[in-house]
Amino acid sequence: MNTSQTIEIGDYKFGFSFPDQSVFKTGKGLNEEVINAISDHKNEPEWMRKFRLRSYQAFLKKKMPNWGVDLSGIDFDNIYYYAKPVAEQQRNWDDVPASIKETFDRIGIPEAERKFLAGVGAQYDSEVVYHNLKKSLEEKGVIFSDPETAVREHPDIVRKYFGTIIPFSDNKFAALNSAVWSGGSFVYVPKGVRVDIPLQAYFRINSQNFGQFERTLIIAEEDSFVHYIEGCTAPVYTTDSLHSAVVEIIALPGSRVRYSTIQNWSGDVYNLVTKRAVAYENATVEWVDGNIGSKRTMKYPSVYLMGEGAHGEVLSIAFAGKGQQQDTGGKAVHAASNTSSVITSKSISKDGGIASYRGLIKVAEGLKNIRSRVVCDALILDAKSHSNTFPYMEIESDDVSMEHEARVSRISEEQLFYLMSRGMSEDEASKMIVNGFIDPLVKQLPMEYAVELNRLIELEMEGSVG
Amino acid sequence: MKLEIHDLRASIGGKEILKGIDLTLETGEINALMGPNGSGKSTLANVLLGHPNYEVTGGRVLLDGIDILEKTTDERARMGLFLAFQYPVEIGGITIGKFLKRATEEMYKSNGRMDISSYLSDLRESMNFLEIDQQFINRYLNEGFSGGEKKRMEILQMLMLKPAIAIMDETDSGLDIDALKVVARGVNKLKGDNFSALVITHYQRILKFLEPNRVHILYQGKVVMSGGPELVDELEARGYDWIKEDTHEYVANN
Repeated sequence: MNTSQTIEIGDYKFGFSFPDQSVFKTGKGLNEEVINAISDHKNEPEWMRKFRLRSYQAFLKKKMPNWGVDLSGIDFDNIYYYAKPVAEQQRNWDDVPASIKETFDRIGIPEAERKFLAGVGAQYDSEVVYHNLKKSLEEKGVIFSDPETAVREHPDIVRKYFGTIIPFSDNKFAALNSAVWSGGSFVYVPKGVRVDIPLQAYFRINSQNFGQFERTLIIAEEDSFVHYIEGCTAPVYTTDSLHSAVVEIIALPGSRVRYSTIQNWSGDVYNLVTKRAVAYENATVEWVDGNIGSKRTMKYPSVYLMGEGAHGEVLSIAFAGKGQQQDTGGKAVHAASNTSSVITSKSISKDGGIASYRGLIKVAEGLKNIRSRVVCDALILDAKSHSNTFPYMEIESDDVSMEHEARVSRISEEQLFYLMSRGMSEDEASKMIVNGFIDPLVKQLPMEYAVELNRLIELEMEGSVG
Repeated sequence: MKLEIHDLRASIGGKEILKGIDLTLETGEINALMGPNGSGKSTLANVLLGHPNYEVTGGRVLLDGIDILEKTTDERARMGLFLAFQYPVEIGGITIGKFLKRATEEMYKSNGRMDISSYLSDLRESMNFLEIDQQFINRYLNEGFSGGEKKRMEILQMLMLKPAIAIMDETDSGLDIDALKVVARGVNKLKGDNFSALVITHYQRILKFLEPNRVHILYQGKVVMSGGPELVDELEARGYDWIKEDTHEYVANN
């Protein structure tokens, strides 16, 4: 860990809006020097620097998880922790399938966003849209920025909530993120404010710098509503080997927060993310979490139901292809009476991929009228691929209604034959069956995400058969 | 179009089911294929479309002179073959509307003329014609459908895809008389110079509505008898036993 650090500061001059060719970069590996360099570079207050350094100590002490997927391939000394060069694959508008262009037409997405959604344009093309949105939000007191800006401009709110839902000592990867976090989102919705259109991180200028260790904090005050959509659905082509984010959501009484993300990582990434929400009286938190790509993913968005009438939902979609292990699911912790939770998981595995559902339903002692429902559906595309289900339950009250359903299905020859007898190629037929499998879930996504998810699945499916 | 089946042999799991089928189907004609259980009727239907579980061990199947046995199932479909399934599979998440549109697009691919508005009016008209509720457009393919609804859906697909040669595998089984009439109405709508059906059935009742030009009897993997519609009445009156006896003679003598 004592490799010398080279820190270069190039033409960085626009505050925290990094130019595309960011050249600030720490060396490989992690030590206090690197952390101080990050903190210096971000011009942070002392409390945040201390938080980072404390987190780093926790990271050193914490053991690697000994459950879930094999993480022994991670070499912490061989990772850049800050300001990696962005290697985004360029795609051409002409390559975008006609069906997607048609859908854009139909739902009237503006030109700039079409290009972005198709992964051929940068999000700042949407600047105009963003600008108008930002103005109307500001008038209502909504804060939507990167967390660095929030630390500078709204330290009181940040200090009150940052790291309270997921303490830096929660697990090794949360500790790592707490030490080196960079980028992400900060969302604050004042009491009674309903944000009617989804807040999409891609509307934020230069948010392509969403890095390996982004940090997101969402606070919904009483009786407010917000739908936050993270990052972008365009495939993330990165050569980085570790993605470790932390997302904290605080849903105060009567509020509702919906968080959606579809992530597509390149095949060499370890994707280890901690996502947790607390929901107070009559608050609702919904996670929609799609995981495509990566080498190993461990991600279990959780909801802590802290007040009566709180409701939590997790929708998880995972696609495990060749050499991939998706270990995903959700957690619901019932800590108050009259609370309910629903976890729905859909996974697809092909070409030797392993998709596992791992989930926990926990009910504290002495509670009344708890309802929970877990549905896991797995589709296995070939004999080489696998699916596992690990449902854990810790129920300490009696007045609990629990449902658990798990189904595993394979694409059957009869289904393929049927579709092919109607003129569809084997490839086309397989895609159709897979899209059909996830359709009930996709329907719950915002339209542009549904389009993108279908497209990603189709890309994953390409050439998988025959 | 003309589908010629010459000495077709096929087996499943090493067991020979089709033992040299000879049969010719020509557009403009309705053919009925009858025979006792286990004679190979459904096997023939599946083999003609290239079901992967069956192994073709001999013979040829020519569609207008082109051997289709080397073609994939979807290629055969695009060449004009259609199979109305005896047991249509359920596929969740794919709506009837989406499925029919994709299938119709595939069919029109080769001659490139699918017009979406005429497709939609065609679909609505066909659904009305078959007394299928328009709501079915949004339902998932065959999921939770009754037996009768599944069969109607097969006929709807046939009307939309307009095949040259349709093989109907016991489409009439398990249908009440009203549903049977609807199915027959669908077939009769396509009847004409550009359409041929091979109607596989156990019962004469559907044939009363369809008036086949030719009737063939399959027994132990071979077509043992072919004749005009009068053969149906004879079967109705005498059952299959006389066929079996005749066939043993026939097999013995050939």
